[in-house]
Amino acid sequence: MLKIGLIKKAFLVFFCSMFINLAFAQADNWQLNMFKGVTPVSRDIYHLHMIAMLVCAIIGIVVFGIMIYSLIYHRKSKGHKAAHFHDNTRLEIVWTIIPFLILLGLAFPATRTLIKADNTERAEVTIKVVGSQWKWEYFYLDEGIHFYSNLSTPFKAIENKVQKGENYLLEVDNEIVLPTHKKIRFLVTANDVIHSWWVPELGIKRDAIPGFMHESWARIEKEGVYRGQCTELCGIGHGYMPIVVRAVSEEDFKVWVKAQREKQEQWNNLQTDLSKQRQMTRHELMSLGKKRYREVCAFCHREDGTGLPPMYPALKGSSVAVGYPISRHSLMILNGSPGSAMQSYQYMFSNEEIAAIVTYERNAWENNTNDLVQPIDIAKLRVTNIHQPKLVKKSKLGGLK
Amino acid sequence: MNPDITIDTHLDHGPEQGKGFIGFVKRWLYTTNHKDIGTLYLLLALLNFFVAGGMALLIRLELFQPGHRFLDPNTYNQMTTMHGLIMLFGVIMPAFTGMANWQIPMMIGAPDMALPRLNNWSFWILPFAFLLLMSTMFHAGGGPNFGWTMYAPLSTKFAPPSTDFMIFSVHMMGISSIMGSINIIATILNMRAPGMTMMKLPMFVWTWLVTAFLLIAIMPVLAGAVTMMLADRHFGTSFFEAAGGGDPILFQHLFWFFGHPEVYVLVLPAFGVISEVIPTFSRKKLFGYNFMVYATLCIAILSFIVWAHHMFTTGIPLGAELFFMYATMLISVPTGIKVFNWVSTMFRGAMTFETPMLFAVAFVFMFTFGGFTGLMLSLVPADYQYQDTYFVVGHFHYVLVPGVVFSLMAGTYYWLPKWTGHMYNEALGKIHFWLSAISVNVLFFPMHFLGLAGMPRRIPDYALQFTNFNVIVSIGAFIFGFSQLLFAWNVIRTIRAGQKVDGKVWEGSHGLEWTLSSPPPYHSFTVPPTIHSIQ
Amino acid sequence: MFGFGFALVPIYNSLCKNLGINGKVDLSKPAKITYKGVDKSRKILVEFVATYNSSVPWSFYPTIKKVEVHPGESYKLSFYAENKTDHKMIVQAIPSITPGIAARYLKKTECFCFAQQTLNGYEAMYMPLIFHIDADLPANVKTITLSYTLFDITDRL
Repeated sequence: MLKIGLIKKAFLVFFCSMFINLAFAQADNWQLNMFKGVTPVSRDIYHLHMIAMLVCAIIGIVVFGIMIYSLIYHRKSKGHKAAHFHDNTRLEIVWTIIPFLILLGLAFPATRTLIKADNTERAEVTIKVVGSQWKWEYFYLDEGIHFYSNLSTPFKAIENKVQKGENYLLEVDNEIVLPTHKKIRFLVTANDVIHSWWVPELGIKRDAIPGFMHESWARIEKEGVYRGQCTELCGIGHGYMPIVVRAVSEEDFKVWVKAQREKQEQWNNLQTDLSKQRQMTRHELMSLGKKRYREVCAFCHREDGTGLPPMYPALKGSSVAVGYPISRHSLMILNGSPGSAMQSYQYMFSNEEIAAIVTYERNAWENNTNDLVQPIDIAKLRVTNIHQPKLVKKSKLGGLK
Repeated sequence: MNPDITIDTHLDHGPEQGKGFIGFVKRWLYTTNHKDIGTLYLLLALLNFFVAGGMALLIRLELFQPGHRFLDPNTYNQMTTMHGLIMLFGVIMPAFTGMANWQIPMMIGAPDMALPRLNNWSFWILPFAFLLLMSTMFHAGGGPNFGWTMYAPLSTKFAPPSTDFMIFSVHMMGISSIMGSINIIATILNMRAPGMTMMKLPMFVWTWLVTAFLLIAIMPVLAGAVTMMLADRHFGTSFFEAAGGGDPILFQHLFWFFGHPEVYVLVLPAFGVISEVIPTFSRKKLFGYNFMVYATLCIAILSFIVWAHHMFTTGIPLGAELFFMYATMLISVPTGIKVFNWVSTMFRGAMTFETPMLFAVAFVFMFTFGGFTGLMLSLVPADYQYQDTYFVVGHFHYVLVPGVVFSLMAGTYYWLPKWTGHMYNEALGKIHFWLSAISVNVLFFPMHFLGLAGMPRRIPDYALQFTNFNVIVSIGAFIFGFSQLLFAWNVIRTIRAGQKVDGKVWEGSHGLEWTLSSPPPYHSFTVPPTIHSIQ
Repeated sequence: MFGFGFALVPIYNSLCKNLGINGKVDLSKPAKITYKGVDKSRKILVEFVATYNSSVPWSFYPTIKKVEVHPGESYKLSFYAENKTDHKMIVQAIPSITPGIAARYLKKTECFCFAQQTLNGYEAMYMPLIFHIDADLPANVKTITLSYTLFDITDRL
């Protein structure tokens, strides 16, 4: 009973905070300037930006002012006669030294801010951020939870068939929730190609490079919702993998972590508990399948199933989608296809979703196999995937023995 | 006419051209004449300008409103990639090479380039290279879709099969540039007329001399990088893959070691053109010639040590970030010197505003503005918010379009009467200028706002709050794009007919090329002129 | 310059490993033990992170998530690896250390990342790691994160 109470509390917290955040959610349609942001580093960056702009503006006004004056008064049509001077070494030296001094003036605040942004010591919360094509995965290393964060804008909105929501392309199914007033360290890496994790209001941008880990930090000083996007071209879905950070108080954060842990456990148990799988109708399968297919699979395999061969095979008429055994088709989604761009989706999709997608793919685009795959079929495959491992002593070492 | 020059015209004959279509093809295919080859380069550049420009308009059409409209994301990514590759390698570089071919021999009093047959090959590789590049869009899997910066592993493990053809195309373009540069250096160093000392060289020649050295240094590095890409794709190597002990960041270092000096390759000849045009129309010698030369050399040398400013967010160590920040900031000093010298040339001159001068003045304003945003970008922490957003797109388009492209326009209007013997239509030129100058700002200025507001680069669709500025940008793009048709029309018309001009063409012009007739003889300066005084 | 471009590859690797840039470590040579003694005046927090991308269907995690060590003090831990498929697979663990400047000070005397690891279907093992941090680690570094990414290299061999 205690467990349910906590989950209820977590939901209540979110529900209320949503109303507060709605007031902040309205973005500026004519935004001219950088975000001041909600972290010490983002504020420093903003000030540096303003100083740089001011310096450039002053130089511009002086130089362009002189130029405009010349353009007006030193014209042949105004009868001005050309002067004959064509060099002045002292002047050249003066206008070499003055810009150099101006640069020194800019270099000091820039260096100071950079050293501050680089100091990731003594973090209180550490989050591992993994970018893949085309979603983010967040691992809370100390809290032991992790989840995927996918774009949740409906496909129909992208296709202009329904009204676009206020946070079009900037909304996700699972937001990354962080505590305020704590130093948070982000360890950023990637699964496949280079991505980049950017949340303007936190003042963080870190490229996610496969095989390498880089860190950055933030101390969020104000509760709220902060949105960002992937900022390094990573393929077809580059514009469709946003980041949503929800900053809450420390207490709310603890509650949320607990709820997430439970949610995760429940989800995992559900996927492999054969007794808990429900029976879905053809209509439910096809509509859920179509929805999830378009939101995820269609990036590569295209809405009409024709794919982009040779990198992304067509599903329309493909041997996997119309051939047998059906388990081969389901396992393709569950386990992925090693050596290709097809990842394993077993942790991202539930049994219902995989069953629905497989059913949809087997019946859409004139594939017409009339096969229906139920969640329990997928659950069975997951269970057969689970084996008690045999512990061996095979690890090879390098180094001194 | 300059009385100090003697011109030998009795051997003057036109181009050798046989009869009919075959004769026409053979003349242009086998020509070793610097004027013909210059023309070929310029026409190729003009054609590519509209191809790549069309791609830009497709991009802006898709971005006119949020939502998927006309192009699917893969096609969109191909458009952005090809637009970049073609504009840089197919428009700006060939156009300046064409101007170099036409102008350098005439400006130094040489009869032709040092290596005329090499010159022919340098050009004729290019049409094949571009056909190959553009054909990739029609291969299975589509064309290159990873940005002109080709970051691995998106361009190696995850790229379409046509990437290999793109790599071959890049190799060919690189070879063309290297050969052309060797030719230019040999010509400038060896074939100057007696009395034409290095410190009497026109600025256009100086900037091209420095550019040629830059090209020889960097093109092989690009060739190495794309060859490593090819090896990673097909020969089992892991230059850029962590799994095999490699590093994707290595690609970025290699690419930008080429890429940063490359942007100076694009801009130095532009500086040269502006340094020719402004003195002519101010009726005043270029201010501070010596410092202009030193500044050009400084910029070229500094350009080799700033490449990692494209990589500030990749996690390079603090020491590296500081070094590259300071080095990048430093480049603004010699660049600033150049701007001050141009302004001083205009100051207390007697200016008239024919079309070349209009473009040159616009260059000074708008390139400088692009330089300001460049200075802002060099500040590493601020760059964390600018990198890979539309702020960067705004910056480099300002220096490249109202910067470099306007200088190409200025140079073309300036020298077209010399090359063709006809004056272009001045009224049309002015309309072209004003339409371009205004629409280019409508097009690129709002991009800075978009970047600051959080819009990343290379996305085919965007969040709703970016809509207003994107609409403005797209409108500017279409006006700008279609205005260029006026330019093409003016150029083609001038080649065929127009009011005849004399050798000097412009009242304030100085330099050896203006001592020749307009158009100049097919073989000019077959006898070297003697130079007693310059300008 | 063409040759220089290719020469940049070993130059880059060599510079990065020797200067510890980009968190790279030299995988070919195990650390020489230069015994400078244990610096008991400070402790460094070392965190261990394991990453495997979703196309490597293994379970891979460190048995200990973080530990505080004195510079100079040797420490041993193991990483658990389990092949969840039914066929033999060969993987390579690639290390990455952050902050980058700490990379040259974290010396691994024994590491599973020096070699390719093979597991048959449904097998699991504990892979040991013995390391110490050089006592001359700069004073301002107090936290080091050692991250391993597992890559499937069955096809490459």
